[in-house]
Amino acid sequence: MREIVILSGKGGTGKTLVSASLAAVGAKEAILADCDVDAANIHLLLQTKAVKTEVFYSGELANINQDDCISCGRCMEVCRFDAIGLSNQQYKIEDAECEGCGYCEKVCPAQAITLKPRRSGIVYVSDSRLKMPVAHARLDPGADNSGKLVAKVKDEARKLARAENKEYVIIDGAPGIGCPVVSSLAGAKYVLFVTEPTQSALHDLKRLHTLLQKFKPVTGCIINKNDLNAEMTQEIKLFLKENRIELVAELPYSDLFAKSMIGQLTVAEADKQMFTEFEKIWKKIKERLS
Amino acid sequence: MTTPPPYRIAIASGKGGTGKTFVAVHLAKMISTSASCTLVDLDVEEPNDSIFFPEMELESRLVYKQIPEWNEERCTLCGLCSKTCKFHAVMQLGDSVIVFNELCHSCYACSELCPNDALPMKNQTLGTIGIAKSNQLTLVESRLKVGEEQAVPLIKKTHRNLQTEVNKTDYILYDSPPGTSCPVVAATKPADLVLLVTEPTSFGLNDLKLAVETLRKTQKPMAIIINRYGIGYEDVEQYCEIEKLPVIAKIPYSRKIAEAYALGHIVTESDPELLSQLKNVVDFIKLHRNENA
Repeated sequence: MREIVILSGKGGTGKTLVSASLAAVGAKEAILADCDVDAANIHLLLQTKAVKTEVFYSGELANINQDDCISCGRCMEVCRFDAIGLSNQQYKIEDAECEGCGYCEKVCPAQAITLKPRRSGIVYVSDSRLKMPVAHARLDPGADNSGKLVAKVKDEARKLARAENKEYVIIDGAPGIGCPVVSSLAGAKYVLFVTEPTQSALHDLKRLHTLLQKFKPVTGCIINKNDLNAEMTQEIKLFLKENRIELVAELPYSDLFAKSMIGQLTVAEADKQMFTEFEKIWKKIKERLS
Repeated sequence: MTTPPPYRIAIASGKGGTGKTFVAVHLAKMISTSASCTLVDLDVEEPNDSIFFPEMELESRLVYKQIPEWNEERCTLCGLCSKTCKFHAVMQLGDSVIVFNELCHSCYACSELCPNDALPMKNQTLGTIGIAKSNQLTLVESRLKVGEEQAVPLIKKTHRNLQTEVNKTDYILYDSPPGTSCPVVAATKPADLVLLVTEPTSFGLNDLKLAVETLRKTQKPMAIIINRYGIGYEDVEQYCEIEKLPVIAKIPYSRKIAEAYALGHIVTESDPELLSQLKNVVDFIKLHRNENA
């Protein structure tokens, strides 16, 4: 089983549209995992229907039992996250701030504090229009996206791949370079960058590339909106060459992407030429992995 | 008479790439022509605001987080630290204790509960905070070190550091990270008003709903800016109407704007429609400030 992760650094460069289009051309050999769990979108394009739903718990949350509390204030003293407040002479946990470290529980002389598992979201395994199962999730609003939910989604995708005897897992990643991205990279054989010829996108791609030094996967890049600015496109190509990242494809600036999204189709399904283009991309990726 | 406190506006989105940075840098530029304004780039994983102000040179300083460091001589291998750490960041393996820096939340529990003081806290670089000033505009950039996974500690530190430094400014703009999870909550926390930048696509709408749900929990007043207006999807406006969220600007879908943005240019001067939409935003901000003064 080989995992292909689609990343960009900058948001909005086209990760999801590329992931879904690759899934459309590779449906027979791959499973799709949407690991951008706090802004998941692939389910909208693929009209998914959940066949398995599971509430996901990650980390813990402190709770003060007011009947046992002796109001000594020791918990508030040790908390480094300003998660304990005093109102109406009662010490209370601010859920949003609590990181579940348990320091307060350890020092409470009255054993009034307990830690409880914390709900962080829902994990789905779904059927899709592409006749390909999709693993995805929804992080609870404002929850801690520590990467554990991402790991769980990947885990579900791997199980599906094994059960259905599929060779590839296509992983749509999150923007940025933080916990969710690092979590999506664990076990990746190939990272496909999706970038665009803007100063911001190149800046962000460079930071992402630096992060990857630790993982050393095979890398390739799609330059999306390549005709937006010729100079910037050249600059990106130079960066790719210097860092031995294969230029896998260039896609034009086109409202085809927006239109296919409105029609709830992947670009590959909405346009014949694009389908051929994505078939080529898929072939190139597989060749590098063989 | 004392000067009023700064008015704080966060720019957030849910979906990435909808135009947060675009809106933030343009607003900063416009507001700073008539008032003092501080633009704080809190998209710490991928900060881009400074690209649009090449003439402003950031003076950067390192920011640290505290993590425990094992002192072998003092350690009696009692195992308490391993048992205490909920994040598996401190582990006793055989006759040594290993600290996994990237897992540590800096809660101090292992360090302060150690009976032998064998895990003193030490500084570890988290990133940098850079500051540049030009006339009425102050630019602050918070930049996470590559490889450091947690954005929230740096965002919180940036807010804390700015408390003393920018109290004299009229407006503070926070360019927030994308998404709907903890970094957004941390970035928007001090804001008096949150502007959500979205686009009229199914992805834009879906992520806008998630962002609204997240921010409603914090009871922040919100207003919506629709970017790339005209791609032809009306649900965003319908949704805003139903949810009673004011749509304060519609930035046209334009290749010209995208081209200028690609080069890191400010584009208002050359685009009257964009200018008038952004003026709507500035007017709304001023009105909101006066109403809530």
